[in-house]
Amino acid sequence: MKHEQQHNPPMKYGMAIDLDKCTGCGACMVACMSENNIPFREDESDKLVSISWMSVFKLTNGKAFPDTEICYLPRPCQHCEGHGGHSPCVSVCPATATDYSAETGIVSQIYTRCFGCRYCMGACPYHARYFNWWDPVWPEGMEKYLSPNVSPRMRGVVEKCSFCFHRYQLAKNKAYLNDERTVPEAAYQTACTQACPAGAIVFGDLNNPAHQVHQIVKPDPRKGNKSRNPRAFRLLERLGTNPKVYYLSSREWVRRAGDNYLAHEKTGQVSNVHH
Amino acid sequence: MSTLDDKAKGVMDDDAAHAEGGEDTGAGGFIILFFIIGFAASMVLGWVVFPQFLYSQKQQPFSFNHALHVGEVGDGCESCHFFREDGSFSGIPKLAQCTECHEEPMGETEDEAIFVEQYVTRDREVPWLSYSRQPDCVFFSHVAHVVGAKMDCVTCHGHIGESESSRPYEYNRVTGYSRDIWGKNIAGFKRNSWDRMKMDDCAQCHKEAGIIHTSSVQTERDACFVCHK
Repeated sequence: MKHEQQHNPPMKYGMAIDLDKCTGCGACMVACMSENNIPFREDESDKLVSISWMSVFKLTNGKAFPDTEICYLPRPCQHCEGHGGHSPCVSVCPATATDYSAETGIVSQIYTRCFGCRYCMGACPYHARYFNWWDPVWPEGMEKYLSPNVSPRMRGVVEKCSFCFHRYQLAKNKAYLNDERTVPEAAYQTACTQACPAGAIVFGDLNNPAHQVHQIVKPDPRKGNKSRNPRAFRLLERLGTNPKVYYLSSREWVRRAGDNYLAHEKTGQVSNVHH
Repeated sequence: MSTLDDKAKGVMDDDAAHAEGGEDTGAGGFIILFFIIGFAASMVLGWVVFPQFLYSQKQQPFSFNHALHVGEVGDGCESCHFFREDGSFSGIPKLAQCTECHEEPMGETEDEAIFVEQYVTRDREVPWLSYSRQPDCVFFSHVAHVVGAKMDCVTCHGHIGESESSRPYEYNRVTGYSRDIWGKNIAGFKRNSWDRMKMDDCAQCHKEAGIIHTSSVQTERDACFVCHK
């Protein structure tokens, strides 16, 4: 007898990053590097070839002293849903190496399937994807410190933030042992979320009203999951990529920096998406 | 010029002989014979000799008697291969589990002596070679199958619990993976569910059990990210 396995209602893991709390310390980047066995080079200054799944960008309002303001913006993979899971990278991958999961809402990257054409890197409007130009070289003895839960990548494949998917797998293991089928909010948190000393990153299921991230973001499904929170915005929201990483700021110039607004355009207005 | 003419004449003679279907049956027989010999030789080379080159063997540190232990312990496989509290699977036991019983030698076999002298008294972990180690890119959840789906260990691991000694560990010289993943049969045929541990075997069992996920947007089937990492 064929049957589709009974699933919990589909989840949609996402993030809310409060830019007014972020101090730009970079702890999230460090935590991500070590958690996910991200390779590094002797000289990491060439950002065209270095890899950082989580990157902190520095924004400025461009005004002269004393009106100068800066803001730090951590950028993981935005895990775009697009329309029905057709995120920009998933749509172009010819190898089914990257995929959108309807179960978790996570955009996956399978390194052993990827053959390195880098279409996805061209398609991603957030530059969240990185190419391995070399095989990873770890300093002597460091291989023993690598996480066994994350497979190190080889030369010639693309990699990106996975929302620490291995942590979800491990949390599900524990749930199975306790005869449960759902993963509690606290059991699955990304490394960057836990590392942030300012508590600027909140991670959880956007579909679950009990989760903090849902309460902050309050996504509106009728408006392409746009947040009902007036402080919230998404990067390049008007492209229709429908990302699951939301940013929060009380400063108008920061929210304005999230998209390419024309001088006469107001922030927070999402034009009707054509599809 | 005369030699060339002679050759041409010879060829013409041969052609004539073929056309008449005369005395060439002997030569044809040889060709068939050589073909059969060559075919048999390449078959032997491919199916018997090549696997010998493809796989290398290692011996376990000492021989382990599963049958004896299963008789002694109370909880079957899970006595030593248990789940940790966080849901992960312990796999091959650490020395600490063994020494719960084996503080002193418990038998008079040579293997027991090696174990106690080399590992217990020196407090060293036994460097067991894992027959069923999957490639690094694979995430396999034991708890989902054993606790969630209530499957038996034998389904994938065979009757290892009845073995009285450790067989040699064979691994592929090219990939370094255990031979148990591809299976003993070089052609890839399998009779029992535990003969191979390739992705196709996972998929086959999932198909037979009717467990179909549809979480992948690309394929509308199982998403890769369920079992790969």
